[in-house]
Amino acid sequence: MKRSTLVLLKTLVWAACLIPAARLAYGAITNHLGADPTRTITFMAGLAALRLLVISLAITPVRQLFPRLSWLIRFRRLLGLFAFFYASLHLFAYVGLYSYFDPHTMIADILKRRFITVGIAAWLLLVPLAVTSTTGWIRRLSGRRWNQLHKLVYLSVCLGILHYWWQVKTGVLTPLGITIIMAALFIARPLLNWRKRNKLAASTV
Amino acid sequence: MLLRKPSPLDGSDIPSSEITPRADYQRFLQERKTQDRRSFLGAAAATGAAVLGAGRLASLVNPGQSVFAAGKLQTVPSPLSTHGEQLTSYHDLTTFNNFYEFGVDKSAPARNAGGLPTRPWSIHVSGLVQKEKTIDIDSILKLHALEDRTYRHRCVEGWSMVIPWVGYSFSEFIQQCQPLSTAKYVQFYSYFDKKVDKWWAESSIDWPYSEGLRMDEAMNPLTLLTVGLYGDVLPNQNGAPVRIVLPWKYGFKSAKSIVAVRFVSKQPPTTWNDMAPNEYGFYSNVNPNVDHPRWSQKTERRIGLPFYAQRRDTLMYNGYGDFVASMYQGMDLRKYF
Repeated sequence: MKRSTLVLLKTLVWAACLIPAARLAYGAITNHLGADPTRTITFMAGLAALRLLVISLAITPVRQLFPRLSWLIRFRRLLGLFAFFYASLHLFAYVGLYSYFDPHTMIADILKRRFITVGIAAWLLLVPLAVTSTTGWIRRLSGRRWNQLHKLVYLSVCLGILHYWWQVKTGVLTPLGITIIMAALFIARPLLNWRKRNKLAASTV
Repeated sequence: MLLRKPSPLDGSDIPSSEITPRADYQRFLQERKTQDRRSFLGAAAATGAAVLGAGRLASLVNPGQSVFAAGKLQTVPSPLSTHGEQLTSYHDLTTFNNFYEFGVDKSAPARNAGGLPTRPWSIHVSGLVQKEKTIDIDSILKLHALEDRTYRHRCVEGWSMVIPWVGYSFSEFIQQCQPLSTAKYVQFYSYFDKKVDKWWAESSIDWPYSEGLRMDEAMNPLTLLTVGLYGDVLPNQNGAPVRIVLPWKYGFKSAKSIVAVRFVSKQPPTTWNDMAPNEYGFYSNVNPNVDHPRWSQKTERRIGLPFYAQRRDTLMYNGYGDFVASMYQGMDLRKYF
């Protein structure tokens, strides 16, 4: 890929990733965040984080299916870091807007409200991934260990989706779409690996 | 004459907390203007929001006058109304609704409930009554003087509002139904038609929505048969044309758009209790001491206030204990939550 194309694509991905933040900022300025702005901010940031995580997880299977798209890998770190940004915004909205930075409220919540417990766990799992996302850390950890560490993202996204289900009223099916997509990605990975092994086996015979 | 130019704002005897913020009023008027429900509204709005705002003051001083200049409902004040709290704006009340037949997003009912056919409308009364009957909406509106009743509203999700409803005690309606002495519970059914409530599949609720009350709860004077909001007829997204309002219970008990009332001898099944009996009890009285299994009910967030001022303590029975606590004396409220 030419350098100019890469720069253009990166600019586009940055712009796309900033859309939820821009919408929130615009809504805050024009007073269009609805009757419950706290909830709107928290919800939109959380949803953006989950969506970006799922998109970043889709990159490997898509590359395996369509080898010509393997350049997509260049955008995975960007997507992952934006997911972490929105997850942090989501957490900050909870800490600041819901809890008024009151540690007692938060501790009680984390222990009592299981959807918050798993939400915090999902965010905590993302922290080491964001820290070790730099090229320096990738080198320091060497490829294999870095890969193993970054498998944590699967656990994090699972907890994130569980957090979504536990937060809505029983019977509300809004989280269904993203759950199905994530499940498909989970099934795709071993299937694609199995296909790859078969191909390898066939070519060595 | 409904619209009357008042003497300079002299409503100093009205607590300021009882007055809807001017900005909300203007927004409200703007919406009414765009809806153009009555041509003379345009003129009314042109006369100035201040005049209309003062009209509201005048109506409080001078009962019998319609709350809004163009208000469709003639109302009288009620001693059962809640005072001293800032009303949630009309805009917030009509754009932040849980009405899952029209979508699970809180802004969805305001977009989607337009198709609800509120006229003609009637409530079918059946079960343990002397005679089954159908009462149409015009009779319901005339059955008793319509009262302005402001109530706090606490949602099970942890947010709250202060809402100026219009209606009268449901007990007046029950008298018309002539229930038998064997009737121990009342069951409500909400309107449901897949062609109208196209968003019904966004949740796995077994439609139609139904709710229920013990007979003494239904007879409690606070139990409001509700036909209006802010002096006007109920907007569709708020449960038009007739709903029930139970200020001491979590909001979902207050069934919207009621088409049937049934008197029964045993505790009836109710929608949310069927969905998750460990989360939503049959009684569902507001109780800060009994948490929802997934979140605390000790505090709530008041919609419409700045975020730093929203959080407040939830009151037992939502602050209506003087009226309702006696009905639950001796009951284990942890068991019968």
